[in-house]
Amino acid sequence: MRDEILVRVENLKKHFPIRRGILFQRQVGAVQAVDDVSFDIFRGETMGLVGESGCGKSTTGRTMLRLYPPTGGSVRFNGQNIFQSNGRDLLAIRRQAQMIFQDPYASLNPRWTVNAIVGEPLWVHGLVKGRHAQTERVQELLKLVGLNPMYVNRYPHEFSGGQRQRIGVARALASEPEFIICDEPISALDVSIQAQVVNLLEDLQDKLGLTYLFIAHDLSMVRHICDRVAVMYLGKIVELAQKDELYNQPLHPYTQALLSAVPVPDPKAERQRQRIILTGDVPSPVNPPSGCRFHTRCPIAQSLCSEQEPEWHDPTASSGHWVACHLV
Amino acid sequence: MPTILEVKNLQTRFRTYDGLVYAVNGISYELNEGETLGVVGESGCGKSVSMLSIMGLIPQPPGIIAGGQALYRDSDLLKKSEEELRHIRGKEIAMVFQDPMTSLNPVLTIGFQIGETLQLHMAMNADQARQRTVELLEMVGISQPDRALDNYPHQFSGGMRQRAMIAMAIACMPQILIADEPTTALDVTIQAQIVELVKRLRDEIGMAIIWITHDLGIIAGLAQRVIVMYAGFIVEHASVDEVYDNPRHPYTISLLGALPRVDMSREERLVSIPGMPPNLIGLPKGCPFAPRCRFVVDRCRQENPPLISIAPNHEIACWVNVQTGDLQ
Repeated sequence: MRDEILVRVENLKKHFPIRRGILFQRQVGAVQAVDDVSFDIFRGETMGLVGESGCGKSTTGRTMLRLYPPTGGSVRFNGQNIFQSNGRDLLAIRRQAQMIFQDPYASLNPRWTVNAIVGEPLWVHGLVKGRHAQTERVQELLKLVGLNPMYVNRYPHEFSGGQRQRIGVARALASEPEFIICDEPISALDVSIQAQVVNLLEDLQDKLGLTYLFIAHDLSMVRHICDRVAVMYLGKIVELAQKDELYNQPLHPYTQALLSAVPVPDPKAERQRQRIILTGDVPSPVNPPSGCRFHTRCPIAQSLCSEQEPEWHDPTASSGHWVACHLV
Repeated sequence: MPTILEVKNLQTRFRTYDGLVYAVNGISYELNEGETLGVVGESGCGKSVSMLSIMGLIPQPPGIIAGGQALYRDSDLLKKSEEELRHIRGKEIAMVFQDPMTSLNPVLTIGFQIGETLQLHMAMNADQARQRTVELLEMVGISQPDRALDNYPHQFSGGMRQRAMIAMAIACMPQILIADEPTTALDVTIQAQIVELVKRLRDEIGMAIIWITHDLGIIAGLAQRVIVMYAGFIVEHASVDEVYDNPRHPYTISLLGALPRVDMSREERLVSIPGMPPNLIGLPKGCPFAPRCRFVVDRCRQENPPLISIAPNHEIACWVNVQTGDLQ
């Protein structure tokens, strides 16, 4: 099951134009939010996509499902190119590929009842006939995500953050998808509630055989939930490996710094940990550094790094540990 | 070490249209000179409100400081007039807030805002203040401080703004620094920079720090003592090693169980705490954590347990000894 590719992303690009002028807006530049990103997601796995804010991880997820028009590249879902599909084909793909958003306050329409929110995918895709059947199915979905089915006629403001996120999960599950992109689904929640939502996502995966792309900045949680992890920096993937491989033997200097910066809830371990403190901030994606985009902050950068873009290669040659760095 | 701040039985309430909110319900703790105290809890547990209360920053009404004392150098902060407090705030007790963008004034330069503190408290003239500001910005690691001085907050990145906030807080070499989730809005690599900076300044200036956070990871490497808060109560109070190695309150135990670790692979499920934090309108009968507690017994629902000492430097508010299952 693990070897079957469900989603193949190739050379995905998303540039947001920067325009100047009032009447005749000319394009004066572009925010290179995602630049040449490629990866595969296998059926039944949880793929993690991590990075700091502004690295393009959310844009990658949203562009994959064409919530943003792509600038270039292709995304194949079950072999079908999402970017070249239209009409019925696209609708069919969207039924099978759903999304859960970060902010449970912004992603639910405050004027709609839970029944309308979770029921919308049902009638859009023609999965139920009649109002009664819809309500019944919505109640089933609410039960599935651990909410009281009596809540169907309530509005989003009547729920807590964790409960709202469950409604978001129920909506994503309504169209019986194979693949769900979870875009920072727990970042806005309290620690004790985060665990509830993560456990729910894991249970649903076991029950329904779902495949996840889990986008997050919380590296500890990603280690817990994911099978493979890709690290992004300034619009590029810099490293991709099996999670234990990546966390135990990070190869890219950025991954090493990122992992060392995450605090551990253990005072003894904290005292012994060596931190790699990066200097400065992430450069602007409007004008990214030449060569390797990390060279301006990299502790081991050499002159080659600023001149030439590093190749995406697997130095271990066997374990599927990919990295983009000249020096490994 | 001598005690510098002693808070006794602090109670803060808010009048709202829905009823009286019991935000802080009689908390007591001490802070010693040069010590770092961590205050941990989820959103709405009263950790920020308890700090704002002792600083006289709770607007009254709707806030009510219903009782208690906050003895700073043996005089009660809660009894001081606004005029007296103004001489202490920013000079002897300084605060750093979570969101540097909303706590800096967007229409004044960074240099002006830091210099203002110096002119007010240290009786410096404009030139002296400017010179000192340059030194301070350099201390917190802002490059080209003589130029950064004339920048406006929007020209700074999030990490730089927080550095500027810290520069402002340490401008008068305060005795106590209250840091209210200063790194929550920042990325992990920037967070690591800020934590290193605060540690260095703590050792250089010798100030005591109260670090408020919901992240048990940061506290582990920073604090000597930890207070865990829930629903406006202190539920556990111990040295940092005790809290992490030998947590005894069910809430602390669950909270630690809900956290995955970046440095260790963990296959078992996260401990999820069922339910959600209580509504603080009206005081709960019994222990506020009882509805979510695994160890709950009848007495928990009847009487709220007081904070009792179970070992040297270890206090908990719980009727049950979670190790033996007996009542304390």
